[in-house]
Amino acid sequence: MAWLVANFSEVLSLAGLHLYQSVVPLLISVLIAVPLAQLARMNKTLRGLLLSAGSILYTVPSLALFVILPVILGTRILDMANVMVALVIYAVALLLRSTLDALESVDDGIRQAAVAMGYKPFMRFLTVDLPLSVPVLFAGLRVVSVSNISLVSVGALLGIGSLGSLFTDGLKRDFVTEIVIGIIGTLLLALLMDAFLVLAQRLLTPWLRNDGGLTKATAESNSDDEPAVVSA
Amino acid sequence: MSVPALVEEYSSDNPLVQGYEWLMNPMHWQGPEGIPLRALEHLGYTALTLSIAVAIAVPIGLYVGHTGRGRVVVISLAGVLRALPTLGMLTLFVLLAGLGLMPPIWALVLLAVPPILAGTYAGISAVSKDTVDAARSMGMTEPQILFRVEVPNGLPVILGGFRAGVLQVVATVAVVAYINLGGLGRFLIDGLSVSDYGRVLGGAVVIAALAICLDIVLAGIQRLAVSPGLKAPRRQRGDSPTGRETITAGVQGGNS
Repeated sequence: MAWLVANFSEVLSLAGLHLYQSVVPLLISVLIAVPLAQLARMNKTLRGLLLSAGSILYTVPSLALFVILPVILGTRILDMANVMVALVIYAVALLLRSTLDALESVDDGIRQAAVAMGYKPFMRFLTVDLPLSVPVLFAGLRVVSVSNISLVSVGALLGIGSLGSLFTDGLKRDFVTEIVIGIIGTLLLALLMDAFLVLAQRLLTPWLRNDGGLTKATAESNSDDEPAVVSA
Repeated sequence: MSVPALVEEYSSDNPLVQGYEWLMNPMHWQGPEGIPLRALEHLGYTALTLSIAVAIAVPIGLYVGHTGRGRVVVISLAGVLRALPTLGMLTLFVLLAGLGLMPPIWALVLLAVPPILAGTYAGISAVSKDTVDAARSMGMTEPQILFRVEVPNGLPVILGGFRAGVLQVVATVAVVAYINLGGLGRFLIDGLSVSDYGRVLGGAVVIAALAICLDIVLAGIQRLAVSPGLKAPRRQRGDSPTGRETITAGVQGGNS
């Protein structure tokens, strides 16, 4: 405890770096994955292509990707951008599939009703499809956010600052407290992000709030009996 | 016996060329520190981790999936385990239990349990209730229902979870090189510490290739193991969002 008090500002700034390195890729990956998923929905060939590309990229181990990226991007090996680009790649690979599921969870009758009311394709996508797919979309986002936060710490092996630095430093100095604080800090960050995403989802789907809570509503929009796992 | 030089000689400063030269150097494909043996070590750690993880996760998953008891506990436990940073657990176990083979393996087990557990549970509980009731009404005992009806029907999802677990472990075994263990991660960690980027890049390519090959093999096994009766209706349903796909998306957590 005394160590935490003495080094509080340092731990806090590492936590800030950690959060930054996991949140920015999350936002970027949503901006990439949603249009890609919509394109994949419209074109069968593209769909197969994107999904297999995603699963191959997802297979590449993170430590390997962290050291290959600087060569491809021309960044320095210690650059934070390496970690962030790698996380964007993983996040897009994961989100692509769940965004496709999300967009497909929207009832086709609603789509047709929107077309009948005169919605143009782009506006229909933005104002009808996208909002209605939020519950399933956010289930995917929550999985990605947890995995991002856990992955960022691996960057510490290369010397990129994050809460992971507490692990490498603690091991070097044979100091358990530091590692435990790193683990607790990472868990807290993951919890914080998850709570934030749940809150954001509630705010974005006001129409689901009155009929029996979020999980039930997610289950209904998802048509099959599964979402308990997604929210795990 | 020639000892590999500590620092490599390359014909170029370009890391891509260095990585290529490192991979093409026959010196690196033989001996106790060569790529084939390191790859075997890597697969050995992976296999050991997965056998422990399967022994823990599959029985629990089968029990919870079949009875529906303890669902909430298992799901939230898997969520917490998934959020644990593996690097942190690795360093913690090593400090508490000392160097050696088992402390890092236990940290990897913690990583492999959630996807396998979630996959098993989800696979079993996604089997249609009508099918289970039909089996029960035909006089099958509970173990028979579990192993002859629910497991074969849930196998695609169960194996999907297993595949996700394997991928995560293969990727993360690269990290145990940080703690004095072997495996392909040695090339990355040692290469970084002597700024030999040819070795780092070559090693990274080998790890990525190993992971992709393993995934292809597992996909093949998955295809062979799944009962042919399950394949036809899936194709018919085609573009509708099947619960199965959504489950696999949820089961695959992070990669490390």
